[in-house]
Amino acid sequence: MGLLAFFRRSPATASLAKERLRIIVAQERSTRDGPDYLPLLRRELLEVIRKYVNVDPEAIQINLEREDGHEVLELSVALPEKGAAE
Amino acid sequence: MSEIIVVTSGKGGVGKTTTSASIACGLARRGKRVAVLDFDVGLRNLDLVMGCERRVVYDFVNVINGDCTLKQALIKDKRIDSLFVLAASQTRDKEALSREGVRRVLDELIADGFDYIVCDSPAGIEKGAHLAMYFADRAIVVVNPEVSSVRDSDRILGLLASKTERAEKGESPVKEHLLLTRYSPRRVGSGEMMSVDDVKEILGIEVIGVIPESPDVLSASNAGTPVILNSESDAAMAYEDAVARLLGDTVPLRFLEERKRGFLARVFGG
Repeated sequence: MGLLAFFRRSPATASLAKERLRIIVAQERSTRDGPDYLPLLRRELLEVIRKYVNVDPEAIQINLEREDGHEVLELSVALPEKGAAE
Repeated sequence: MSEIIVVTSGKGGVGKTTTSASIACGLARRGKRVAVLDFDVGLRNLDLVMGCERRVVYDFVNVINGDCTLKQALIKDKRIDSLFVLAASQTRDKEALSREGVRRVLDELIADGFDYIVCDSPAGIEKGAHLAMYFADRAIVVVNPEVSSVRDSDRILGLLASKTERAEKGESPVKEHLLLTRYSPRRVGSGEMMSVDDVKEILGIEVIGVIPESPDVLSASNAGTPVILNSESDAAMAYEDAVARLLGDTVPLRFLEERKRGFLARVFGG
């Protein structure tokens, strides 16, 4: 660390990295073993929902759960708070 | 019993070959018979890191194609008697490695009594990377505390759980370990770099080693001497600890804290 660096601290961005990774890794894991159409399905569902409600692209979660013998496709959409969407 | 260990990562440049060389050396120095295999067809580099590049006569693909015997292709390390290197082929044909060919080579190494077979995977998730992990009993996933490396490692963990022989046959899964490289305790301390615990929490697997960022790693590859052989180096000691853990010892993690430096050293650098 030189003289300049001694006085100019770098911003603490590690927590930002961790948070972003936590979200993307969870999302990729949920679709990992699923069929290839899941990401496309997610995108198209999002488009349909956004025709009616202005939801955030990240507000839609799609999960495929396997229980013995059958699979459950779970879709969750976080709607914006009243008034916030306008 | 032989064990096949793949050293993999997804992302390139994180230290797979450095790790393969040091882990193989460390195991061999503890008296194990070790073969370390370069799966990076077209981009051979393990030979350079091991310092045996001028002794490569035959390579992995030559053995598979029957151009030579496995014994002729294995390069005996000049420092450690029980250590052997199999170089990757420099052919541009990525299809040159076949699953059956790799299986035959591994079976022959096992029959020959090797204790450990270390497979140095190429970057990416293409054929070479797939074959390097396919027969593995154990995987060392090399990761830098950095977003793209961590994400790619998670992809690799997904493949280890589904695209290996153990997964396909429904046998017990490949044992997975994380090995962090280029770790800077100072930057972790100041919140600029994710910590071991952060990475462990995101990926959810156990840590077998943390290698501190060190200029000795470059010097070692310059000289063709695996860094673990430089006993003065923090990186060497950290690799030595990882080898001990691989063999089942319980060793606490070291070099996670910044070394205390004097005021002058901090102001003027060094």
